[in-house]
Amino acid sequence: MSVHKASPDLPAPIVNRGLIGWLRENLFSTWYNSIITLGLGYLLLSWLIPLINWAFIDAVFLGAGPESCVANAACWVFIEQRLGFFIYGFYPEAMRWRPNLVFILFALTVIPQFLPTPAKLRKWLALFGISGLPIAAYIFISGGHFGLESVATSKWGGLMLTLILAYVGILAALPIGVALALGRRSDMPIIRGICVIFIEFWRAVPLITILFMASVMLPLFLPDGVTFDKLMRALVGIVFFQSAYMAEVVRGGLQAIPKGQYEAAEALGLGYWRRMRLIILPQALKIVIPGIANTVISLFKDTTLVLIIGLFDILGAVKSTLSDPAWDNVMAEGYLFVAFCFWVFCFGMSRYSHRLEKSLETGHRN
Amino acid sequence: MADADNLIRPARPKPWNDPRIRAAAFQVLAVAVVAWIGYSLFQNTINNMASRGISTGFGFLNESAGFGIIMSLVEYNETMTYGRTFVVGIANTLLVSGLGIIFATLVGFIVGIARLSSNWLVAKVSLAYIEIFRNIPLLLQIFFWYFAVLGALPGPRQAVNIADAAFMSNRGIVIPKPVFEPGAWMMVAALGVALIGTFFTARWARRRQAATGQIFPVLPIALVAIPGLPVLAYFIAGGPVGWDIPALGGFNFQGGITAIPELGALLLALTLYTATFIAEIVRSGIVSVSEGQTEAAEALGLPARRILRLVVIPQALRVIVPPLTSQYLNLTKNSSLAVAIGYPDLVNVFMGTTLNQTGQAVEIVAMTMAVYLVISLAISLLMNIYNRAVALEER
Repeated sequence: MSVHKASPDLPAPIVNRGLIGWLRENLFSTWYNSIITLGLGYLLLSWLIPLINWAFIDAVFLGAGPESCVANAACWVFIEQRLGFFIYGFYPEAMRWRPNLVFILFALTVIPQFLPTPAKLRKWLALFGISGLPIAAYIFISGGHFGLESVATSKWGGLMLTLILAYVGILAALPIGVALALGRRSDMPIIRGICVIFIEFWRAVPLITILFMASVMLPLFLPDGVTFDKLMRALVGIVFFQSAYMAEVVRGGLQAIPKGQYEAAEALGLGYWRRMRLIILPQALKIVIPGIANTVISLFKDTTLVLIIGLFDILGAVKSTLSDPAWDNVMAEGYLFVAFCFWVFCFGMSRYSHRLEKSLETGHRN
Repeated sequence: MADADNLIRPARPKPWNDPRIRAAAFQVLAVAVVAWIGYSLFQNTINNMASRGISTGFGFLNESAGFGIIMSLVEYNETMTYGRTFVVGIANTLLVSGLGIIFATLVGFIVGIARLSSNWLVAKVSLAYIEIFRNIPLLLQIFFWYFAVLGALPGPRQAVNIADAAFMSNRGIVIPKPVFEPGAWMMVAALGVALIGTFFTARWARRRQAATGQIFPVLPIALVAIPGLPVLAYFIAGGPVGWDIPALGGFNFQGGITAIPELGALLLALTLYTATFIAEIVRSGIVSVSEGQTEAAEALGLPARRILRLVVIPQALRVIVPPLTSQYLNLTKNSSLAVAIGYPDLVNVFMGTTLNQTGQAVEIVAMTMAVYLVISLAISLLMNIYNRAVALEER
């Protein structure tokens, strides 16, 4: 008795698999998709090729000075020669090992957070990051203690200043924001009212006006003899501004926690602070990680505004060198360099927040 | 007896453990602290202003300003008052924010939908645009467009010539200005007729569809009629609109409408920056409409375009509108970065020049902040009304 034997399956037609299949499906699926692909591809190439030529192939990376640059090609020599100013501002050259040390500490604290290191180590490093690191950074960068020569804040600048503003801003804005959010959800009407007014006021006005106010009006508000330096005033403005945004983000998380969690915590006999610390905030903050990350990123980008009140952050430092007559039109190079620095940090932070979100995901949805 | 009482009513807690007393005490304390801070700030300010000889009050608003402003929508010259500079600043801020909101919404919606395109190249180019522009500070983008792009354009004599009518130079973009002659009212009337006609046709078509199920092509007719009728009227009236074409005279262009480069750079940067956020909002709104809705609509036999228009977009809008509102607010507040390149917005004119000349910081900062407060509240209000219109009507 002959048994029916199935012949082997034929492979899919050549036009449906491999590279051709992929192209057909993703780029040329319909006649208008084909037109769009060809048009967009042409535009992209006609624009990208000269750009890559300008930025990489024809560009001058190493050289002695302005004379080694050529026309119609990027002059990265400019960045290379001024890198010290872009990173440290006017910080005295002989003492730059101090911020360098802080940078290294910062890198040692932050980089393990991205790597598959033991959770316990990461936790301790994070704790160091919010406690020891700022103190060490202050002692080293500012000086004036332990025999280190003091460096006035007016000499701080460049990427260093940007990072300081962002780091201190985030460290201060998060706890203030959490406190404001708790206050806004409080049962006490007066506390709630104060928090609502505080939050809504800072959220309604642009950061620029706040920085102006901090630099023009803060001296008027303070009693005689009490003075803040410019950096401190800018920091106060940034912290208040961002803590209001942070408060709204955290409030979203607090509202998303089901009422049963609050009631169950009360039923356990926990007091207010323990209820918040042990039950509510851990859940609420986990929900709003994307929001917190967005606020942190926008704070980081907003630090550039301090150049308007005369501080030399990285953008201010680069901008101030662009008018140097010795260099012939290096504007695009300068701005692209700053853009690249910011892009790396912001993109890194948004990737990190995605990862954190995933690693804390417990599959538990309210 | 006493024991039973104790069982029913627990002993009153000690006063310092009673939640109500504690709440009251905290609030009294909070009021006292806020009042003390307010009072000491007020006293310090009064003392400091007195010791520095700064005058107070709003009298300065009636004094002559004596400085020029490079662009103003309302009539302004140097002899006018500081109060007038306030109005000029508000008008310029509203202009750039309004245009920015319109353009950013257009670009954002296009890119957001393109991000979900089945065309791989389109989706990836949109993604690249979003990830690049979103992660670069707005101020840097403004500088880039202003100094590196628009500033690098040639001078008026070598201006980029677009069909002998519009010119791009480092002094801005000049376009022809329409001059309306008598008879132009016919075009306006034709436009009005077209709009009203479209409105009533749409209403009639909707009723007919509800009654008979037949579909009437309203959109193509509207697309022909709304620009078509005014053009027809233009020819019937014998061309009542002339053009004031800019021409090179002296060191700059004369005639036409000039958009100063500050406005162009600010608008470009605000649009491209905010559009990335709007695009992500639009994308997540569309993704949030569950697949089942699309499948059900397909099962009903609706064509793809109608599925998008009748099923997906109305549901996506509910998710899109609230965050869109906060992007509009951000854009308006970000327009104050104009001060960095010298576009004469409220912060630049009033909080900058006027403040420097008069020195009355408290009044001017308060007025400026109040304006932004009012604009923010107005945008929130409008968007809340719109949100109520698109929100889910639950039974």
